[in-house]
Amino acid sequence: MTAETIIQSLASGLLMGLLYGLIAVGLALIFGLMDVVNFAHGEFLMIAMYATFFLFAFFAIDPLLSAPLVAAALFVFGAIVYLLIVRFAVRAKANAGMVQIFSTFGLAIVMRGLAQFFFTPDYRSVTNSWLGGKTISIGGIFLPEPQLVGALVSIAAFAGLYFFINRTDFGRALEATREDAGAVALVGIDKNRVFALGWGLGAALVGLAGAIMAIFFYVYPDVGASFALIAYVTVALGGFGSVFGAFAGGIIVGLVEATTALILPPSLKSVGIYAVYLLVVFVRPRGLFGSM
Amino acid sequence: MDKDFTRRRRRELIVAFCLAAVAALVPLFVKDVYVQNVMVLTLMYAALSQSWNILSGYCGQISLGHALYFGLGAYTTALLFTKFGVLPWFGMLAGGALSALIAMALGYPCFRLRGHYFVIATIVIAEIGLLLIQNWDWAGAALGIDIPVRGDSWLKFQFTRSKLPYFYFALALACVAWFVTWWLEDSKWGYWWRAVKDNPDAAESLGVVVFNSKMGAAAVSAFLVAVGGSFYAQFVSYIDPESVMGFQFSLLMALPAVLGGIGTLWGPVLGAVILIPLTELTRSFIGGSGRGVDLIVYGTLIVLISLALPRGLVSLFAWPKFLWRKAAVR
Repeated sequence: MTAETIIQSLASGLLMGLLYGLIAVGLALIFGLMDVVNFAHGEFLMIAMYATFFLFAFFAIDPLLSAPLVAAALFVFGAIVYLLIVRFAVRAKANAGMVQIFSTFGLAIVMRGLAQFFFTPDYRSVTNSWLGGKTISIGGIFLPEPQLVGALVSIAAFAGLYFFINRTDFGRALEATREDAGAVALVGIDKNRVFALGWGLGAALVGLAGAIMAIFFYVYPDVGASFALIAYVTVALGGFGSVFGAFAGGIIVGLVEATTALILPPSLKSVGIYAVYLLVVFVRPRGLFGSM
Repeated sequence: MDKDFTRRRRRELIVAFCLAAVAALVPLFVKDVYVQNVMVLTLMYAALSQSWNILSGYCGQISLGHALYFGLGAYTTALLFTKFGVLPWFGMLAGGALSALIAMALGYPCFRLRGHYFVIATIVIAEIGLLLIQNWDWAGAALGIDIPVRGDSWLKFQFTRSKLPYFYFALALACVAWFVTWWLEDSKWGYWWRAVKDNPDAAESLGVVVFNSKMGAAAVSAFLVAVGGSFYAQFVSYIDPESVMGFQFSLLMALPAVLGGIGTLWGPVLGAVILIPLTELTRSFIGGSGRGVDLIVYGTLIVLISLALPRGLVSLFAWPKFLWRKAAVR
């Protein structure tokens, strides 16, 4: 193993990690806002990938152009999911934790079933997109262009999110609702509206990630499941609810995955991520950046 | 009150006995192999869900990684039998004991975690187990283990001609899981678990050793689930990592309890009796042409029931009594 292979795989690990962060940040945002884990998060990613695929296959819109469209569609979808399901789930008087987990889990199963029904279990891929399969060499290190662009989009999205939360009225309403949902009602902020917009925003971010993922990853009904677990680990690693934590968590997960792949057989590469998650929560039960 | 309570407990036991007796007679009239197969699966999931319910329902530690124990049970039995010729009955006990030990070893660090951190830890641990087995060549790696058929016998717990012995074993397992739950419900453990579920801090301050009671629940739960896994290995006679340790098993174990009523005595049974035939029927009726319909049906069911009846379907049985009492008060 030469120094070059190590740098090479760490570099691609870093890019993938930034994408993991983008996939996971919606989850962290929603959790921070209302203490709910969306167990259908992976399926949100899945429909975003399908949307990108179909826009490409039928209308020849390149994923880079369709990404904003997909994100907008997911925004609407996320808000609808909140209004139709989650709004009622958080009101549960008995078994509250169970209701939250299984109402979104049920949604995930339905979405996976619908995808199998309408799109068949076949693996599909976006072929011949602008970036697909291309690599770029920077100082002797080869980086796949889709992942590189994905990483840049991720950094831009995090920067935008930071600005949005700290500098806009809606961002302040979001923060205020996260602090104390009862009190914001007293100053005339509609809690439900903020929650619905929060879900929309969370879904839009995973939609953006899905559009990029579709460039270089197969699209199939169960594709969400494998990335969902990585997203939960990413979010939990950073500390549930911490947007910055998701960013850092993503990078850690990407680097750990790349390192594990160097040491263990490729089929075991996820073991490293899972082990790191366990190690972190055993030492810090609320993740790296979660409030105690 | 006390007398009422004792009477209710005794009535539950009698109802369970009658239901088991009726269930035992069903195969005498239903000879169709497909239906018998569905019945075996229903009973197995009733038993698994009942066991899952001990840790996740009563003690409130929601585990979505119980497939690990199911797989451990299946693999221990199959490996001991194929590699060392150990009879499945011993394999079953060994698998159960091993799972209980592992559950406690894992519980030691995990029970410090709360809420979603705990749930995700259970998923992640089961996933690590799956990956390790998939890469363990001696245990057949991803290809799995074919359990050789050595003729029908109770000694080797293998039956090729008839499903009936499996049916009766699954029934017995469901009864044992039910009875263990019934018995624990009114033991000091049962009360501790409910206290831990409702408010661990308050329970601790009242002298419940929260940590130990979680460990106890994990061990009992894992043991019974592993026995179910051993049974499944004998029943299907071929196992591979994904088919006994995959995430879908963790989910399938939880769903009957969630549907029927989490943390209740009858919830898992009721949930399994509705869910498993429903899944099997949608799968075979709509079948090939409409893949995914079974997922749509039961996914919708889960969403609707968890939203409309957070206490599960068993809470419907409380309604007539409730309405009757209301009427009496008027």
